[in-house]
Amino acid sequence: MTTTDPLVTTAGTMLAGQHISKSFPLPDGKQMTVLEDVSLNVDAGEVVALLGRSGSGKSTLLRILSGLIPPSSGTVLKNGEQLAGPNSGVAMVFQSFALLPWLTVQENAELGLYARGVSKNVCEEEAEKALHMVGLEGFGGAYPRELSGGMRQRVGFARAFVMKPDVLMMDEPFSALDVLTAENLRGEISELWEAGKFPSKSILLVTHNIEEAVTLSDRVIILGANPGSVRGELKVGIPRPRNNKDPRFASLVDYIYTVMTNPTAEVGPGPGIPAKPRKPERFPMLPHARTGGISGLCEFVADQGGREDLPKLAERLRLEIDDLLPTVDAAVMLGFAEVSEGDVILTTAGREFAIANVERSQEMFREQLLAYVPFVATVVETLRQRKEGGVAKEFFIDILDEHFSESEAERQFETLINWGRSAHLFEYDATEERLYLASD
Amino acid sequence: MLRVWQKPLSFSLGIARSNLRFGYSDLAVGLGTLTLLYVAARIGSESLVKFHPPGIIPSISLDPRALPGYAARSTLRMFIALIFSTLFTLVYGYAAARSRWAEKILIPLLDILQSVPVLGFLSITVTGFIALFPGSLLGLEAASIFAIFTSQAWNMTFSFYQSLRTVPDELQEMTELYRLSAWERFTRLELPASVIGLVWNGMMSFGGGWFFLAASEAISVLNHSYTLPGLGSYVAAAVAAKDFSALGWAIVTMVLLILAIDQFFWRPLVTIADRYKLEVSAGEVRQFWVVDLWRSAHLPALVGRAFGPAWRYCDRRLSGITRSTGTLASANQSRGPGALYNAIVIVIAAALLAIAAHFVLAEVGLGEVRHAALLGLATGGRVLLLIVVSTLVWTPIGVAIGLSPRLARVSQPLIQVLASFPANFLFPFATLGFITLGISLNWGSILLMALGSQWYLLFNVIGGAQGIPNDLREMGRSIGLKGGREWKALIAPGIFGSWVTGAITASGGAWNASIVSELVSWGNTTLTAKGLGSYIAGATSKGDWPRIVLGVGIMSVFVVGFNRLVWGRLYHLAGTKYRLG
Repeated sequence: MTTTDPLVTTAGTMLAGQHISKSFPLPDGKQMTVLEDVSLNVDAGEVVALLGRSGSGKSTLLRILSGLIPPSSGTVLKNGEQLAGPNSGVAMVFQSFALLPWLTVQENAELGLYARGVSKNVCEEEAEKALHMVGLEGFGGAYPRELSGGMRQRVGFARAFVMKPDVLMMDEPFSALDVLTAENLRGEISELWEAGKFPSKSILLVTHNIEEAVTLSDRVIILGANPGSVRGELKVGIPRPRNNKDPRFASLVDYIYTVMTNPTAEVGPGPGIPAKPRKPERFPMLPHARTGGISGLCEFVADQGGREDLPKLAERLRLEIDDLLPTVDAAVMLGFAEVSEGDVILTTAGREFAIANVERSQEMFREQLLAYVPFVATVVETLRQRKEGGVAKEFFIDILDEHFSESEAERQFETLINWGRSAHLFEYDATEERLYLASD
Repeated sequence: MLRVWQKPLSFSLGIARSNLRFGYSDLAVGLGTLTLLYVAARIGSESLVKFHPPGIIPSISLDPRALPGYAARSTLRMFIALIFSTLFTLVYGYAAARSRWAEKILIPLLDILQSVPVLGFLSITVTGFIALFPGSLLGLEAASIFAIFTSQAWNMTFSFYQSLRTVPDELQEMTELYRLSAWERFTRLELPASVIGLVWNGMMSFGGGWFFLAASEAISVLNHSYTLPGLGSYVAAAVAAKDFSALGWAIVTMVLLILAIDQFFWRPLVTIADRYKLEVSAGEVRQFWVVDLWRSAHLPALVGRAFGPAWRYCDRRLSGITRSTGTLASANQSRGPGALYNAIVIVIAAALLAIAAHFVLAEVGLGEVRHAALLGLATGGRVLLLIVVSTLVWTPIGVAIGLSPRLARVSQPLIQVLASFPANFLFPFATLGFITLGISLNWGSILLMALGSQWYLLFNVIGGAQGIPNDLREMGRSIGLKGGREWKALIAPGIFGSWVTGAITASGGAWNASIVSELVSWGNTTLTAKGLGSYIAGATSKGDWPRIVLGVGIMSVFVVGFNRLVWGRLYHLAGTKYRLG
């Protein structure tokens, strides 16, 4: 299994998605494409992680594979047969736990079996076994509101275990928990799998946590964003139980960080292969980062000597990658930093920016913005031509609409306003929805 | 009263009660239930007495000792209406939420029904129901219950529909993935998730229903006077006889009744409904003595255990019937109603409108339409004036109450009784006042309309003031905001949203109340105000169908127009600029 061709299914293939695309109609009649030509399969006995930043459609993909929503095109195969309707071979652990607060822990755990028409006694027996497996014996009569977050998610796991599914799907199962609780529960799930006691034949995990993906999975499928697509796949050949101090572990995590901060890089079969540039983007998307975050990042990295490992940065700042990476992206886009081998390295401008006083940093931010972000220069030029009256938001939204979905256009505009205001380039009147050139 | 306290986080392990000794609580619960059943059966059978209008009409005794019986009959009507409202809500709301085809018709229809003045239709329903049950009081009973029903159902249906639409996605997906049948999904997820909204809305609507009960028990329609034994007709008879002490007794009975129903029905329901909160965070747990009594009794648990197997059998059977066989996913994929469907709906609606317009115009002509529209303007002016004056009077009081937790605690039950109390019980006193002081009903009717509707404004202003974050108030105090400036910068924007909600409800209530407020009498004296309300009331008692339809139609147009032009915009402003947090 050196190269897994997702379009070739074998007897052991529990679940396969072939050429899956998904688009949603927008109110204005246009289509928003969330997934484009995605193919993957999940074999018996393996743990597959879907890793992607927000906007990569990873949760949508999970719902298509579970039969909750149909793909716009492409097929889902369950044990080689085409799937129609909810996939009976799948159980899911939800990000928000999805427990019914008015049912007891026991009733929640046996819900899926009960709905299958299994007799009440068998339901109770199976639920008790599952609750035992997740360490919740004796909590059967409690209500979810009496439990802590970690215990609630254990009920979510028990409910899925009871079904003895072919594929257990987990949709960011630990992201609603605090760091320590998540670490603890992740460890226990990992132990259950390693001990061969796991009540499902395979696991499909959706996450945006790189270390979680490397800890738990045999294969990591990296998804690109806007629209979601498979960028590549990495085998995690590290023997279990895994230790995050293992150099192989660290270098794989570093590699994935590098790939994920560079959306145009090719994803190779493993670490060591240099990233090649993909097609350059015509209209660069502004990362959704606040200016305070950008300068905070520069200051922090400058304190570390101008260079810092991304995984360490995430840990120190206690940031999920969906919060950290946009800020790093913005620093890179503005020429304050570079990313290489999983490290953030400040440029000369970045070093100066980190120690500049308020006035100077505003000035620098303005200079870099005008130099590196062409759309900002366009906006300023447009405003300069109509100095007095300003320009309506609609005008710029129309331009952005040609390159982004409607909601993304709004977010792009929001980021643009935030950056432009901080750079003292323009002002925005939210009531009138008009942009004005900043008065000197 | 309602006690709310912090319950320590504990693990109740749901151990079955092994202790089967019966106690006082069982005695209370058992006796209470039996008494209730006896009274209901006794009262219900009285509805079947002979009735041949106009010859034989039940007479009303003004003896105060007859009041408990009348109160019981009125209460039974209210609860029957509540049961029908609930059933209607579940069916209509479910259909609207689950089918996009049904939604297209049902939701706009509900919007229209909500704007139609219920009292204007009493004439139609009374004649219809009497024809349905000839020779017994059941027809009148049904008409009265229907009037109460129409005052309760729309609100509850909207609330249920909203709850169904806002069930969290992941819970919805969970029920689909774990293949719950439609019945299981309804009983395990959808109904529990909507219980809180249903109970609160039911409680509010029930309070409003007393007004319609009082108005529908004694009514003259198509030149006939109809009387249905009950509290409302007792008041009507007292007014006709100018009997002050009887009026006083009726008011005392009404207050006691409202308090008793609150204690033994709504408070327990609210307390129980609290279990069905969607968020799973541990926090305050509501407690209430009736619920504690019920829970500490063994009888209910025993009865529950006896019916357990039967319930499980039904549960399984219903699940089997409603299990989805096909593919849910492909059902999701099918597009909603297309353009053709929309066009058909619009054509049918236009045709109905055209028929109504033809019916009216063929009889009365355009001049009458203009006349009715002018009267509508007069009533509209009264509604506006009412809102302005109520706002000026009640906003400072509401804010004072809302900002002081102590004052809020003391006044909340009082205000709740005031809001439920049917204002038409007070009309005779006001009417007498107008007659003695020589006040024209053209102005006086504003006060009558306000008696019922101003409480919504007060309620919401109190809620809004309570919702202003403490941080903001402390900030205001620390920078020395006081008096007018504090109002302008903090309080007025802070309560704006709640005020708009209150004003919408108050204005809707006032339009409806105009039908009974612009035409009132004391003994043989009748006062009339120029307005659309008295126009409809007059047409109703004469049985003048075209004018009834015209009046009700114009009033609906005014209500909808008001909502769209004034309240809709303010509501939008409240939701954007003046949103807290």
